[in-house]
Amino acid sequence: MGKTLAEKIWADHVVREVAGEPDLIYIDLHLLHEVTSPQAFDGLRLANRQVRRTDLTIATEDHNTPTLNIDQPIADPVSRLQIETLRKNAAEFGVRIHSLGDANQGIVHVVGPQLGITQPGMTIVCGDSHTSTHGAFGALAFGIGTSEVEHVLATQTLPLVRPKTMAINIEGSLPQGVTAKDIILAIIAKIGTGGGQGYVLEYRGSAIRELSMEGRMTICNMSIEAGARAGLIAPDETTFEYVKNKPHAPTGADWDAAVEYWKTLKSDDDAKFDVEISLNAAELSPFITWGTNPGQGAPLSGNVPNPADFTDPEEVGAAERALTYMGLEAGQPFKSIKVDTVFLGSCTNGRIEDLRAAADVLQGKKIAPNVRMLVVPGSAKVRLQAESEGLDRVFLDFGAEWRQAGCSMCLGMNPDQLTVGERSASTSNRNFEGRQGKGGRTHLVSPLVAAATAIRGTLSSPADL
Amino acid sequence: MEKFISHTGTAVPLRRSNVDTDQIIPAVYLKRVTKSGFEDGLFAAWRNDPEFVLNKSEFAHGTILVAGADFGTGSSREHAVWALQNYGFKAVISSRFADIFRGNSQKGGLLTVVLPQEGVEKIWDAIEADPTTEVTVDLEAKNVRVGSSVYPFEIDDYTRWRLMEGLDDIGLTLKNIDDVTAFEKKRPSFKPLTLPAKI
Ligand code: SF4
Repeated sequence: MGKTLAEKIWADHVVREVAGEPDLIYIDLHLLHEVTSPQAFDGLRLANRQVRRTDLTIATEDHNTPTLNIDQPIADPVSRLQIETLRKNAAEFGVRIHSLGDANQGIVHVVGPQLGITQPGMTIVCGDSHTSTHGAFGALAFGIGTSEVEHVLATQTLPLVRPKTMAINIEGSLPQGVTAKDIILAIIAKIGTGGGQGYVLEYRGSAIRELSMEGRMTICNMSIEAGARAGLIAPDETTFEYVKNKPHAPTGADWDAAVEYWKTLKSDDDAKFDVEISLNAAELSPFITWGTNPGQGAPLSGNVPNPADFTDPEEVGAAERALTYMGLEAGQPFKSIKVDTVFLGSCTNGRIEDLRAAADVLQGKKIAPNVRMLVVPGSAKVRLQAESEGLDRVFLDFGAEWRQAGCSMCLGMNPDQLTVGERSASTSNRNFEGRQGKGGRTHLVSPLVAAATAIRGTLSSPADL
Repeated sequence: MEKFISHTGTAVPLRRSNVDTDQIIPAVYLKRVTKSGFEDGLFAAWRNDPEFVLNKSEFAHGTILVAGADFGTGSSREHAVWALQNYGFKAVISSRFADIFRGNSQKGGLLTVVLPQEGVEKIWDAIEADPTTEVTVDLEAKNVRVGSSVYPFEIDDYTRWRLMEGLDDIGLTLKNIDDVTAFEKKRPSFKPLTLPAKI
C-alpha cells in the first residue's frame, strides 16, 4: 500500500523506533520567540546543557513587540523583560536572533518562509501552535510546549506518537472575491474546533493547487483551529518557484538534488487516509465568524444563527453564550453588524499578498466614520516591500494606521488591544473571548472583507461596495 | 533531573480536596522567564491567611505534601509543578491526582504517591499530632513509612524506573544520542542551516 505525504516525511525523520515507546523524530528546524522559550533555556542552564544544533535554530521577537515608537525602550516592563531575556539567551547559547529594528524581525511564521529556511520535506517545530503554517510547503510542522522546546534545544529530536491522517479534498475553482481564508473558515465550521484532533490534515484538490504559497500558508496556519496540530500541502512548481532564490534556498547541485527529492513528496495514489472529507470550492463565498470560537462561522451573506436551531445541546449552550458575549441578536443580518476596529495582520493574513489585496480594495476610498483600521505587516521585510510598492500611502490616505511588524492585535500582548465591548473585523485566527483585549468582540474575516468593512463600517465584502 | 530513590523529611498536611492548579499557582505569577523562583506564587492566595498550614512555623520546612483527593485539577500549566519543587517539595501524597498534573510532575521528577484516603487521613493525624514526625517516601520499596506504620503504594514500572534513574525525557533521549549523531551523518546536504546567516 502507498504512503501519505505525512507518513513519508515521518519515515524520513525516525531516529529510533522501539515497540511500546514513542518514535524519536529528528527536527530540521526549531523556531523560537520570546514567550515560550525562557524556561526552556533556563532548564538547559540548570542542567549544564548546550543547544545541540544552533545551526538549525533561529529566534525572532514578535508577540510582545510594540508597533509604534520601536526606537524607544518597550514601556511594559514584563514585555521588555521577556524580550531582553530572549536576547540574552540567544547571545549566551549562540542562537541567531532577529531583533526589533532588524529587517528580518517579524512574526516567527512569516520570517521562516521569507528567509527560505522553510522548505519541503522538513520537520519544523516552535513553541507556538500556529507553526502549522509551514505545512504549506509540504513540511511537517507543529507547535510544542515549553518542556518540548527544551528537549529540542538539547537533543534536536522529540519523542512523538505517530499522528493519524485526514485528507481534505477541495475541488473546483474559487468564485471571484473568495480567498484562502474563506476556505479554511468554511472547513473549520464544517468539522468543528475538535474535528482535526489527533490528525495531520492534508489539503488537496484543484482549488488548493491553484492557490499561491501565501494562500496555502493561510490555510495551513489555521489547521490548529480545527484541533489538528499540523496541516500539509504537497509541494509543487508553485512551491519550488517560491523557495528558489530565497536567502537560504539550496543552490547549484544542492538545488537539483533538493527538487528531485521534493518531487517525491506527495501522497501516493493508493495511500489510505484515516478520514477523507470533500468540499466544492465553487460553492464557497466570503466567510466570517459570529461566535467566540473559530468553528462558529457562516457565510457573510447570512444572518446571526438562532441557538435553538442547533441540534447538539452543547452547541446550543455555546451559541447562546457566544451571542451574549458578542452582543448579537439571532436573525440579525451579518452585513448589518457595525464594527469599531479593523485589524489587518497576523501570521494568518499579514503577508505582502494580503496587504496588496486589501490595498486594492481601499485605493482611492475613505475609511468609514468612527472606524479605526490598524495595518500591521507580518514582518519588517513585508513592511519594507509594501512601502516600496506605495501600499503604505494607500493605507494612510485611506485613513488607516500603518504600523511596525509583529503579532500586535492578534493576541493583544502589546498595547494594541480592543477595549470592553469594542467590535473588530480581524484577519487573525482566534476569536476567543478576550483574545484581542479584555471584553473585545472579534469577527474573523479575510483581508478583502476587512477592507470592504473598513469602507462601509459594517461587515461587508468588496461585492457590496 | 535528580534521581528519586527514597526521601525522608517532614510532611505538611493540606486538608483540602480539589486543589486546582490555579490555586497552586495563580496566573499572575506565570510571567516569570525562569523555571525557578515560582515558590513565591505557591498557594499565593491562601498564604495571605496566617492560619494557612504553610504559614505555621512547625510546617514551614516540610518536604512532603499530604493533600486531599483530586490534587492538581484545572489548567495544564507546568508552572504548578515547578512552584511545588521550587518551594522545596520532593513528593506529594494524595488519594487521587489529575492526569495532566501527574504527567507534568513525572516530567520534572516530583514524585506523586497515590494512597487510599484512609492512609492519607492516618498520616494527617500523625503529623498533626507531632509535626516533627519523620516521613519516608521510598520509591525503591514502593511504600511510605510514618513512624512504625508502613503504607504500600503502586506505580508503573516505566515511570518508577525513569524516576529512580533520574531520567527526564531529555535524559532518556541523551542516552540514545549516538543514534541522533548517526542520523545527522546521513542528512542530505541540501537541508537548510540557519548559520551562517544569509539575508
Ligand atoms: S500572529 Fe497571532 S497567532 Fe500568529 S504567532 Fe502571533 S500571536 Fe500567534
